[in-house]
Amino acid sequence: MRKLAVFLLLLGTGLLAAGVFLGDTAVIFRKAVFVCLECIGIG
Amino acid sequence: MLVYNADAGNWFSGTVSRSPLKHVCVPGLNCYSCPGAVAACPLGSLQNTIANGRFPFFITGFLMLAGTLLGRMVCSFVCPVGLIQELLYKIPSPKVKRTKRLLRVTRKVSLLKYIFLAVLCIIVPFAFFLRDGLGSPLFCSLICPAGTVEAGIPLVLLNEGLRKAAGLLFTWKTALAAVFVIWSVYMFRPFCRFVCPLGAVYSFFNRVALFGIHVDTKACTHCGACVASCKMDTLEVNDRECIRCGECLKTCRFNALSSGFMAGGPAVKKRKPDCVR
Repeated sequence: MRKLAVFLLLLGTGLLAAGVFLGDTAVIFRKAVFVCLECIGIG
Repeated sequence: MLVYNADAGNWFSGTVSRSPLKHVCVPGLNCYSCPGAVAACPLGSLQNTIANGRFPFFITGFLMLAGTLLGRMVCSFVCPVGLIQELLYKIPSPKVKRTKRLLRVTRKVSLLKYIFLAVLCIIVPFAFFLRDGLGSPLFCSLICPAGTVEAGIPLVLLNEGLRKAAGLLFTWKTALAAVFVIWSVYMFRPFCRFVCPLGAVYSFFNRVALFGIHVDTKACTHCGACVASCKMDTLEVNDRECIRCGECLKTCRFNALSSGFMAGGPAVKKRKPDCVR
């Protein structure tokens, strides 16, 4: 279980870094800084 | 909750925060359209990334890290929606009693959150992207009460333009949020147990999470008092419904339970709890 936890932590870190490198955070930011009309029920 | 929504100024302007922290997510469910939200919602970000036809590397990595470190401890200690439900449950009222029959029902119904995760958060947004070139965060738009309570209602009250645009969908979401609010008074955390896709994600990591409840198998007598007292209807400590709240530690008469980092691991061997009526 510990080995699996370590593997998941490493994999998670790798995916996180890949996401930052590929610009995922910019996609998140662009959505998050405007009112999400779907989220608030306007559609 | 206060930390997640610390950008207080927007409450007066009826807009949302443009904090640079919105490049990243908080671990709990907190709508990024809440006026005070300083970071993004992991579930909304997951859906939005998939709806744009991108594999969600960042969000998957983030959820994997949070899940492996904490498991569903996020639900009990870090999620505002969980907090709101627990506060509502404290309102004096008759509570839904735990029985063997109800336990069977709630365990089956709790699988619904995995369906919401798969269908509304992943499959359908991607399917819409393939068909239309842009998907939609369906869980956010159809179900999520966090969006309604934290963001929809405050923004509609503060912003005249949004007030005029509110229609049937807003009415549906408000009604659904009201159902969860009322339900939470009578039953413990119904949203977390039956609906929340984020809880579904973290539940995958419960068995391997570094923070958990440890069972001393030498001290444990398999009396079942821990799960009998559990308001999340766990069948064993650390199972998929366990939110690591620590309430079971108080009920164990044999000091067989402890919590902390590096405490998690396989639970006690499954045995029918004696104490469930």
